[in-house]
Formats: sequence, structure tokens, C-alpha cells
Amino acid sequence: MSKTVLQVRGVTKRFGGLVAVKDMAFDVHQHEVMGIIGPNGSGKSTMINMISGTFAPSAGSILLNGRELAGQPAHRIAQLGVARTFQLVRLLPEMSVLDNVIAGAVFGHRRRWGHSAETFARDLLARVGLAHAAGLPVSTLTYIDTKRVELARALACEPEVLLLDEWLAGLNPTELAVGIALIRSLRDEGRTVILVEHVMDAIRSLCDRCVVMASGEKIAEGTPAQALSDPHVIRAYLGEDDA
Amino acid sequence: MSAREVRNLLVSVVLLGLCALLPVYGSAYWLTMGTTMAMFAVLATSWALFSGPTHYISLATAAFFGVGTFVTGLWFQSLPFWALPLIAAVAGAALAALVGLVTLRLSGVYFVIFTLGLAEMVRQVFTWVQNQTGARGMYVLTSLTEREIFWMLLALGTLVYLAGWLIGRSRLGFALRIIGNDETVAKHSGIDTARAKVLLFMVPGAAAAAAGAMLAPRYIYIEPATAFAPLLSFQVVIMALLGGTGRLWGPIAGVIPFTLLWEAITRQAPNQTLLLLGLAFLLIVYVLPGGFVGLWDRARRRWGGR
Repeated sequence: MSKTVLQVRGVTKRFGGLVAVKDMAFDVHQHEVMGIIGPNGSGKSTMINMISGTFAPSAGSILLNGRELAGQPAHRIAQLGVARTFQLVRLLPEMSVLDNVIAGAVFGHRRRWGHSAETFARDLLARVGLAHAAGLPVSTLTYIDTKRVELARALACEPEVLLLDEWLAGLNPTELAVGIALIRSLRDEGRTVILVEHVMDAIRSLCDRCVVMASGEKIAEGTPAQALSDPHVIRAYLGEDDA
Repeated sequence: MSAREVRNLLVSVVLLGLCALLPVYGSAYWLTMGTTMAMFAVLATSWALFSGPTHYISLATAAFFGVGTFVTGLWFQSLPFWALPLIAAVAGAALAALVGLVTLRLSGVYFVIFTLGLAEMVRQVFTWVQNQTGARGMYVLTSLTEREIFWMLLALGTLVYLAGWLIGRSRLGFALRIIGNDETVAKHSGIDTARAKVLLFMVPGAAAAAAGAMLAPRYIYIEPATAFAPLLSFQVVIMALLGGTGRLWGPIAGVIPFTLLWEAITRQAPNQTLLLLGLAFLLIVYVLPGGFVGLWDRARRRWGGR
């Protein structure tokens, strides 16, 4: 088995009295696409936010190649090699498409500046299919293209682990096919990806393994086929009667 | 350097030369106006270096400026005058760093209110110290003439410009633009946002304090109530926004017409200056959101050219 890049152990997040994530544990291996799935409110986004440093876990440990991420500020975690996209797309509205991508290259895991940052960003724009849009303001982009820019920005950090928080959400069927193909091509390049997703087709066709969460806890883990046929998972999604 | 940079450099040098010769060809009246403009050019340009990209509106200019005037007031007899702006700059940068560490986690309107309160707080501290020691105001009597003050301010302005140019091309400047666009993205892209903001907030702090130190002899008598007058902070914000913060030369494009207008109104109707401030602010909000710079960029886009 290839090496473990990310190791999550005993991670818990409490917001006041509410336990959003409880005692989560899983591993992500190199070159693997790992899915985190679960019904709404099951704690998937909270998990992603803890890995990327939006907030710190209340307890537990998150190791990236043996280095502790829990409790580190977001910028430090980005520098150590975690890049992410956001559930609601976040671009830099006053900057060009190209500058949006360069922003990821300058301060991230492998830092570039000047000419090298620009060529690198242009390559990534071509990689996600936006070579023609480099000079445009981001306000002119279609919805899927804003997602592509965000993806290119995250890739520009050259992360050890890429977190995609519902990157496929909101796409129409045609765009969805394009989006799935794009993520699959990332997988074929050997990138390590954590995917939080609702789109079951995407989970089945993209993920090597997935973790299923419900009410903040892990209820199943395995290949998508295994995990999705687990009785606990069916109960969590469809209720008692169908289990 | 590209041909365009060489051209810009030449234009800047020629303009700077023309300004530097103002005491030679200009009347005493224009020298006074020139000094006031140079002062606001320093304050507004350095203000825009931080507040332009980050969109954090700082009203702390009066606090830094006042500290600078007091540095001169306290030590102009015991130290050579050239040392005073340097000391003031260090003091201003230190105060800015301190304020930055405390407040830059605040965003939006909270930051604005805090910086406004800061000037008031520093004023109260100085007043309190004076009351403890029994001193009241201070006379700053030096042999410096208006033209020397003008030249000092011009030199300071050139430094601020160079600093702004360098920052604009640096990673720090790029980081600040990203922060101004979306702070969350900045953090998750690996930018230590608190550090970047504090570092850049020190620039206007140092520049305003140095300007205060240079201008103290012009006021002759300084006391906390006048040295920390909040009006100065508002004037600087309005001038910078009127000119536009999108480009380095923007604030100056606001300083020159605004200073002339302010002077005219002070002469004709001294009680209406606040009205001018308010009207200018309305104008910026409703008609000129990008200032004169925005207008200029839009015109160029419409009629071609670069």
C-alpha cells in the first residue's frame, strides 16, 4: 500500500453544546481520491474546515506527512501543503483570471514569483481548460469557469492534499460530465484529493475509497460500492424502513 | 526596465524637479499652498498604500501625525533637526505595529471606529501626561523657513512614492491586494494575513509621524488638542478617495484640487469647510466610486489607448 499522506485520529469539534464532528478517524494515501459523503448536516464541511485550518478541532490530531495540522493557522496549513476550494466559490473579484491563479502560486506550498509564477499559472489555466480566459476579469466567467479558476488556484499551491468542497455542486448535467472528467484527470496525474460530494455518480466513478458520515460520526468506510451498500449508510440516507 | 517604465520615471523626475523649484519661481502664497499640498500628498499617498488595497479605512492619521509633532516639540532643542523625522518615523511605525496587532483582526466598520478612537486616546494620554507634569503647550521656535519645510516634505513624499512603487511590485503588495479581495482566500492560499497587514500599516504610520515632525515648526505652538485634531484624518481619507487609490498617483490627483478648494472656502466662508468635506464625500460615494483614477481608466478604455 502506498504511503499515508494524511492521518486523522480522534478528531472532535464542538460548537458550544453541539458536537458537529465526533471522534473521526481515517487515512488518506498518496495518489488516492478519497470521498467524504453523508446527508446534509452530517459534519462533512466541518471536517474539511478543520483539515484546512478554518478552525481548530476541539480534540484529536490531523497529521500531514507526520506533521501536526490541528491548531495551526490556515496560512500555515496551506504552506505545509493543503489547498482547498470552497463550497460557495470564492474568487478575487477585482483581479484578472490569471492573477487569481497566480495568487495560489506565490504563497502556497511551493512558492513561485514573477515570471515563473506566471508561466506556471498559465499552464494550470490551460490544464483546467481556461487558457483563452487568462486576461479576463472574473466577473465575465460562467459558473463552471469560476469553479475552474478556483481549482487552478488550489492546484497552483502544489498541495500534498487537495480538498474539494462540493466542487461539482450546482453544475448542470453537461457541465457535470465535464467536471467529473476534469477531476478524473487530476486523479490520473496521481494527485491526492479529498472530495466532499453529494453527487453519487461522481463518488462512484471518482473515489478509490470513501468515508460516510452521519450526525458527525463515521458510519462506514471502504470502496464506494462497499460503503454505499452498508446497511448503516442506507439507514442514514433513506431511513429505518428501507434498511 | 521597459520603455514605459523609463517614460514614467522621466515624467516623475521632471515633475519632481518642477515642484522642487517652486520656492524659486513661486510667490510666498504659492509656497504656503505648496507646503500644504506636499503635506497632504505625503499623508494621502501613504494612507492609500495600506487602505487602498485592503479597503481598511484608517482614521488614525491624526494620531501618527500628532506623535510626530510632539517628537519635534520635545527634542528640537536637544537633538539635530534631521534626526527628529527619523525618530518620529520609528515611533509612528511602532505605534502602528501596536495598533495593528490589536485591531487588524477587526474588520470593516470596527476597524474604522477603533482608529478614530485611537487618535482621541493618544491625545488624552498626552494631555494627561502634560497635566501630571504641569506643562501646557510647547513652543517650537526654530530657524527653519517655509521653503526648507517644503523641501523636506518633498523629499519625504519622494520616499513614500518609491516605497509605494517597490511595494506594488513586491509579494507583500500582491498579498495585500489578495487580502483586500477576499481575506479567507488569502489565508487559505498561504498568506499570513495578520503579519502582512501589520507590516504595511507601519508605512503610513511612519510617514505621517515623520510629516508631523517636519511640520511642527510651522505651527510654532503645539498642544494635544490641535496636534491630534481628528479633522486631519478625515481630510486625508477624502482626498485619497477623491483622487482614487487604484494607482500610486491617485491620491495626489485628489490632494491638489481639494487643497485649492479648501483654501478658497476657508477664505470666503470659513464656517463652511465641513460642508465641503461632506459634499466631497457624497460626490465620491455617488459619482466617483473609483475617484479620478477610476474616471481616467474608464475614459481610456472607452477611447482606446492603453
